[in-house]
Amino acid sequence: MSTVTQAGQAVPASALTERRPFGDRLFQILALAAGLLVLAILILIAITTSQQSASWFSSQGLSGIFSATWNPSANKFGPMGFVYGTAISSLIAIIIAVPLSLGIALLLTEVVPRRWSRPIVYLVDLLAVVPSVVWGLWGILVLAPWLQKIYTSIGSGVKGVPVIGSLFGPPVSGASFFTAGLILAFMITPIITSLSREVIATVPAIDREGAYALGATRWEMIRGAVWPHSQSGIVGSILLGLGRAMGETIAAALVIGSSVQVTSHLFAPGDSMPAVIANEFGEASGTFRAGLIGLGVLLFLLTIIINVVARGVVARSTRRSRGA
Amino acid sequence: MEPQDPNVVTERQAQPAAARPTVGVTPSVQDLPATGTGNHVFDANGISIYYSAFRAVTDVSFSIYENEITAFIGPSGCGKTTVLRSLNRMNDLIAGARVEGDVRYRDAPLYGPGVSPIAVRRKIGMVFQKPNPFPKSIYDNIAYGPRINGIRNKKQLDEIVEKSLRQGALWDEVKHRLKTSALGLSGGQAQRLCIARTLAVEPDVVLMDEPCSALDPIATSAIEDLMKDIKSQYTIVIVTHNMQQATRVSDRTAFFSVLRNEKSDTRTGVLVEYGQTRQIFEDPHDPRTQAYVTGRMG
Amino acid sequence: MAATTQRPVVDLREPASWRKTKNQIMTGLMVLAMLIIIVPLVFVLYTVISKGAGIISGQFLTAAIPPNVLPANLGGMGPAVVGTLEITALASVIAIPLGVLGAIYLNEYGKKNVLARIIGFMADVMTGVPSIVMGLFIFSIFTLHFGFSGLGGALALACLMLPLIIRSSQEMLSLVPDALREGSYALGASRARVTVTVVLPTAIGGIVSGCLLAVARAAGETAPLLFTILTVTSTNTNVFSGANTALPAQIFTNATSPYNGAQARAWGAALTLIVIAFILLVGARIITARFTRVGR
Repeated sequence: MSTVTQAGQAVPASALTERRPFGDRLFQILALAAGLLVLAILILIAITTSQQSASWFSSQGLSGIFSATWNPSANKFGPMGFVYGTAISSLIAIIIAVPLSLGIALLLTEVVPRRWSRPIVYLVDLLAVVPSVVWGLWGILVLAPWLQKIYTSIGSGVKGVPVIGSLFGPPVSGASFFTAGLILAFMITPIITSLSREVIATVPAIDREGAYALGATRWEMIRGAVWPHSQSGIVGSILLGLGRAMGETIAAALVIGSSVQVTSHLFAPGDSMPAVIANEFGEASGTFRAGLIGLGVLLFLLTIIINVVARGVVARSTRRSRGA
Repeated sequence: MEPQDPNVVTERQAQPAAARPTVGVTPSVQDLPATGTGNHVFDANGISIYYSAFRAVTDVSFSIYENEITAFIGPSGCGKTTVLRSLNRMNDLIAGARVEGDVRYRDAPLYGPGVSPIAVRRKIGMVFQKPNPFPKSIYDNIAYGPRINGIRNKKQLDEIVEKSLRQGALWDEVKHRLKTSALGLSGGQAQRLCIARTLAVEPDVVLMDEPCSALDPIATSAIEDLMKDIKSQYTIVIVTHNMQQATRVSDRTAFFSVLRNEKSDTRTGVLVEYGQTRQIFEDPHDPRTQAYVTGRMG
Repeated sequence: MAATTQRPVVDLREPASWRKTKNQIMTGLMVLAMLIIIVPLVFVLYTVISKGAGIISGQFLTAAIPPNVLPANLGGMGPAVVGTLEITALASVIAIPLGVLGAIYLNEYGKKNVLARIIGFMADVMTGVPSIVMGLFIFSIFTLHFGFSGLGGALALACLMLPLIIRSSQEMLSLVPDALREGSYALGASRARVTVTVVLPTAIGGIVSGCLLAVARAAGETAPLLFTILTVTSTNTNVFSGANTALPAQIFTNATSPYNGAQARAWGAALTLIVIAFILLVGARIITARFTRVGR
């Protein structure tokens, strides 16, 4: 392909022009299509599931959508009981998981020397690798019976006490809101931990050193230099953990108790949106099935909203820290 | 009385590159073998290059001649790398970059409609400041260019690899380990590999963007010798911040500088003077050139 | 000014004790957090291993699934093993090329433009969509029309894997230094060529490891399968038609069974699942360590 030309010879224009090979164009189109697939799938999810649940919307009416009465035989499909169950179990999960996750994240980023942090990270990742169905299996066959005894003794102890009694008093069951919340906490801890670590890592070393240079102890440095920077990012990762807890299906389905009720008693059995869908879908049909899919639509909307907010918050926080 | 230039290299003896001359003394220019044919390879006519709204160089005109080594020198920020990269349309890769004015390659418009940057770059190769060997074997690095041009025959590739590595003055050092990773080479070897890689596609022109600035003096010397060896077959344009290097290797030199507009507080690069290397360094016409080459500025 | 000034007392003792104590307490709490989280992990793994190890055998992994009431030493989870392997493999074949291509679009073609940023953001959001919603989605769009099959399950799992693979692959691609791309462009390669011949081979280690993690995640998922494969108990080697089964689905069914045999088989299946996930996780780590030596 030598192009050394004779003295004085101009390069023919055709040598410099070259129509773009078909293969390159095709590759670019395929890559773009693959990327657009993400948007397509999200849109399709919204459309098809809404379609399938249409009969539920129409049969319940606006008031029905906000009711907590779920009685398939009476053709009543009010979702609020399940929404309540999802909310309560996720809340419990967050309350338990957040201090644990933040503690571990701070431990890894501020306390532990680099050499030891790798094995600890592997350990936390191992937590994430356990499939949710295994958590559920262990939860219902091992944890729940064991917790039942504990619940019973706590329950009888606080029976009658004003506020605590209505939270922790009887009726109790091994499979309950609290058990579900506990298992969910174990499952979402790895997510919150790793995301928080990422956020904390963007805190500039200069700020840390500045705090130490003023004679601060490590905890004071964390409060003064790390926290202000990573505040919103950590909130974002907590929200992401919340979203994950709300959508977690199988573990919840096995240990939440599967009897929907709106009650303040945390040790009582309940039900949640993903759990009832998983448990009842097999035999459901008609409006019942449409109702279950409708719950799925609700779940989809809730998790999308939480995720969008959370990702936005995390993105803004890391951008701000890096730009600082 | 001009001091003896310590860099007269007749043998392949490693000579450290001399330091910047003291104020008032110009580096002395060597006589290089004349291989130029006088044909125009590039003609730039009043070109200005923009990065979005920022005008990096203004109204630059020059010609590059066949089988010569042309050096672009000047202080940092004067746009010499920008101009170099416009010659093989590498600036196209930067969003918002555009060239206004006429750039011709062997009388064909380089930025004309329908011109494919890919075809351009097959004829006009480039060596970068920091050696960038692919994380592949030495053999595959050299064979990369020919392969994407459709050469698949193993025997042909073997020949091309050997020829290119010989031209790049690297063959003897690596011929027994062609299949080992190129990442194991030293800085100087890696840069020679990149040069060999560029030569493997048999380009017409080789552009070099400060090819020795990341290398030690011994490696630098080896590359300068390489350049002088191959210039009878290729046209070379080199950007360098080392004036001694320009005097050692180049036939012509273009001196760029920064023009500051006090009113609008903007800076842009301009071509101050361009001519035979001997003339630029021994008899600069423009006072700015003189200030730069005698070390008073830049 | 006093004729004689007293030298200021330099106090290099520890800070006031309550500050030090507070620091120690907080550090102690952090360590406690880590220990607390290890407890359930160890507990779960111990239970699964102890209850499952006794069941696992060649027979267990290949024999047919017996009725729940039968004891553990009869039958096994063969169909579920086959199902998990074939459904996960099909999901990977669908999701990995699409995911890597999507990542290539984001990092090499779209870069910072608006569409790429939107797609990237929505891919992140998509990783948070509950797996059960993916199952319902494929149920609505596929299973209702084409019936239960391993393919439906694979599609649902692929929807789950896609955003994970896109994001992790994109990160790996962004780690490839631009100098390598420039070197390739300068030799007259087109963008597609540059990507396929230089960028991908350089990033392949990280990409593969990210894909393995996504596969491990998919192998353990239950919810997407519930609505798409109709958990049966017979082996179905035709992944494209006919109902199928998989390990997670069987575990789910057996977990609520009152029979010891069924529960024991569930533990065995759980151990099998964890071993598969663990192998993939370790594989991913090894590949990361071995292959991410990019440049100098």
